[in-house]
Order: sequence, then structure tokens, then C-alpha cells
Amino acid sequence: MATYSTNEFRNGLKFLLDGQPCVIINNEIVQPGKGQAFNRVKYRNLITGRVLEKTFKSGEKVDAADVVDTELQYLYNDGEFWHFMDPETFDQYQASAAAVGDNAKWLVEQDICSVTLWNGEPIAVTPPKQVTLEVVETDPGLKGDTAGTGGKPATLSTGAVVQVPLFVQIGDKVVVNTQTGEYVSRAKG
Amino acid sequence: MSPAPKADWRPRASRDILYKRAQILTNLRAFFHARGVLEVETPLLSAAAAPDVHLRSLSTIVRRPVVGTETRWLPTSPEYPLKRLLCAGYGDVYALGKVFRDGDESRRHQPEFTLLEWYRLGFDLHAIMDETEALLAAVLGPQPVSRLRYDTLFARFAGIESAYTAPATVFREALASAGKAVAGVDPDDRALWRQLVLTEIIEPKLAAQGCVFVWGWPEEEAALAALSPEGYALRFEVYVNGMELANGYEELREAEGYVERFARWNAERRRLGQPEMPVDAWLLAALRDSGGLPACSGVALGVDRLVMVATGAESIDEVIAFPVERA
Repeated sequence: MATYSTNEFRNGLKFLLDGQPCVIINNEIVQPGKGQAFNRVKYRNLITGRVLEKTFKSGEKVDAADVVDTELQYLYNDGEFWHFMDPETFDQYQASAAAVGDNAKWLVEQDICSVTLWNGEPIAVTPPKQVTLEVVETDPGLKGDTAGTGGKPATLSTGAVVQVPLFVQIGDKVVVNTQTGEYVSRAKG
Repeated sequence: MSPAPKADWRPRASRDILYKRAQILTNLRAFFHARGVLEVETPLLSAAAAPDVHLRSLSTIVRRPVVGTETRWLPTSPEYPLKRLLCAGYGDVYALGKVFRDGDESRRHQPEFTLLEWYRLGFDLHAIMDETEALLAAVLGPQPVSRLRYDTLFARFAGIESAYTAPATVFREALASAGKAVAGVDPDDRALWRQLVLTEIIEPKLAAQGCVFVWGWPEEEAALAALSPEGYALRFEVYVNGMELANGYEELREAEGYVERFARWNAERRRLGQPEMPVDAWLLAALRDSGGLPACSGVALGVDRLVMVATGAESIDEVIAFPVERA
């Protein structure tokens, strides 16, 4: 297995710690004038998403993690797994609920998502920045309100609930920002 | 590896910072001129190098007519030639110039940087701390100053009593209870765990303490300082806003002490699989011929870091026209 020494540490490097894939988000060298050097590393555990710190004696080695980010097309959910396909090779991947997490509510069939693979298995799924979803449930708005000054909750076809302007009706398609969970606009057409 | 950053020919430091830097260099020279300390230049191409275990010297090849090709070492500090001047009776001396430490690059490190090093005959550790305090006040203006012995520092900022003699477990547990995870350190390596308590727990707290002189270092970290009768090193470090700025000693005097420490460090280098460094035979000859170094104290001060403090810079490259990535 490939290894990295502390002098190869840099932001974005993927490595294994206690058997889990992690990515370095900050690497600070601590070098007292007359003492042993250390690398103070801030990293994210790619499975749990937690950000932690560890101080490595310089010269220590860690195992490389086979982690790659790929662009895959979301196909469907079979009730247990979310299925994706590489649009160039047609290779298929299935992501577990743990890998998809809260982003399940932003997965729209045919959309291209960023999928992180560890040893060829999806461990994280990031949906596009904006997705278009149909409103399946919302209170009828006030007649004549087209300014969108007020707001009301709307349930979308994936189960996501977002605040929408009063004029949005059941059956409308809306564009939502997946990072903030906020309504952007009504979809055209 | 990450792609090379886009080439940028422009200076990294602003002209205002370089102006302030030039003023500081002038102030430093005026400070020593007024005190009768002689500025000297020391070699950048030395036959010997510092064997300190954690210093990495750079070398180059010099082709000398008649003599032939020689490896020469770039200095990690001007300490050895300055001590030869002291042995030769030249009196108080200082050097202000570039030194080189391979592999050092961080927010506070560059592989080439500017060091001020000075020696004062007849000064003991507290006298040289007094002078360092005066020098910092001359450059930075008045600021809160405290002076703590190493074990007092550990008691006050890490809740550890008897830092000189406490076993490794005490330091390990302090780090664990502060939530500091560490990899690669032998559980019994007391000196290293103690160093980690200093860098991971204490130094961040010194950021709010102004100028802190820490003196009386453990014997393992004596470098070339004399030892006190109690067994700790007559060495100090001064931290300004939590950053290590200068390191000083009441100097070890006896030639045999130097021989013994250089041998110990080279042995440690062998153990760690690092190259041994050629010991400075000129320095040892000077110490033997003059019956040892005259009683004195000396200080090495990082000038780039001093400029960082004076200008509020967050990173050392902000105070250097062309840091290593643009050099």
C-alpha cells in the first residue's frame, strides 16, 4: 500500500487513520528552534464528516486512502440503495443510506452528482448546486399575491420541505439551492 | 504533487513593510553601536556544520584552486565563528545576516532567514535577558514583560508541577485531557512529551501575555548553554505574542563540554539514521588554546519574526521581499 511521509502532507491529501479515510484540511508545521518538528494536522473523516486534529511527529508515515471524486448520474432508488452510473463507462455504483445521508432529498433522477468513492465504493454524495423538484403539497396561497413577499412551507416530490412564496401552487416545479435548502425560483416551462 | 503555483515576479512584502524592516535593521545596529558591540561578518561557506539533532544544514560544493573540490556548509547560525572571535579576545561581537535551515517552511519558517546573534562578555543569564528586554523595547516600544522559570511556566499554564523531573505520563495525560491527539511519539520519551505540552498547550496561551522570557530549560534541551548548580540549563527563550523570537544562553565554556555535547548529538543522529555533521575543529582548537570561552552570554534573535511582531504580519513571507516560493 502507498504511504505518505509527513513531509508530503498538504491540503487535500487523502489518508487512512484508524482504518477510516480522511482528508487533510490544514497542515501546520511546528518546529521549535531547538526541538523535534511536528505536523499539526486538521483533517476531516470522510465517513463521519467530523473535523479533528492530530499532531504527527515529523517523519511519521500514514497509509494512502484510495479515495476519488467522480461525476456520476443518479439513476434510481430501490428502497435500500441509491444507484448511480458513470455516464462515460456505464459502470454502475450503489450508495448506502449512510453515504447519501441528508442529501437523499436532493437526488433527482438523471442529475449528475459528485460521488466520492473509497476503494470503489461510494462514501459521500453531493447533489448539483441547484435541483428542480415538483411541489406535491402546500397551502393554497392568497389570491392576487404575486409579489412573493410572504412565505409558506411546501413539500417537494422527494420529501424535502422548503419555504416558498405564497403564489407557488401544487404541481409547480421549483428550483432549490441544495446547499442552503432555499427556494430560488419557479422552474420555467 | 500539487501543481506549481502560478509564477509571480512581484515582491511578496509591501514597500511599507520593507521600509519598516529597513528601519528595524538600522535601529538594531544603532543599539549595538551605542553599547560598543562590534558588528562582524561570518562565513557562509564553512568546513563544519552544527550537529544539533534537529537542525538540517544545507551544503554546496566549492572548487578551490590547488586545494580541490570541497563540501562547504551554509550556517544555521553564526555561533561558532563568533565564539572563535571571543576566544581570540575581540570582545563583544554581533552578526546580522542570513542563515539557512533545510526543510523549514511554515507560517513562521523560511529555509533562509535573517538572524541577529550577539555575545556579551561577563554577562550572566539575567543580565543578557535584561539587555534583550531593552533591545525589544527599543524596536517594539514598551510592552508587558514577564520572566518565568521553565517549571513555573508549566505550573501556571499547564497545571504541571516539577516539570524538570515529572515522568512522561504526567505530560501525556495533560495532552490527553486537553484533547490533543499525538502520533509517533514513544510513550516513555519524557522530553518529547514535555515539548508537546509546551507547543500544544502553553504556547497558545502565551499569545495573550505580551513578552514572556522563559528561562532555566531542562538539561536535555541545554544546547550549548552552561548548566546551573541545580542541573537545569542556563538558557532562555523569549516569546512575543506566543511566538518564539529569541534564544539565549549563559554559554558553556569548557572545550571538553563542547566535545562531549557534539559527540552526543552526532551519536543521536546515528541512532535516528540521520547524517552526522563534521564538527568545527577550528572552534574546538580556539576553546582549547584560550582555556575555554571567556565568561559570556549570547542571544540569537529571528529578525524576520521581529518584523512580523512590529508590523502585525500573520505570516513570515509577508515581511520578506522574495520568500522561498519566489526566490
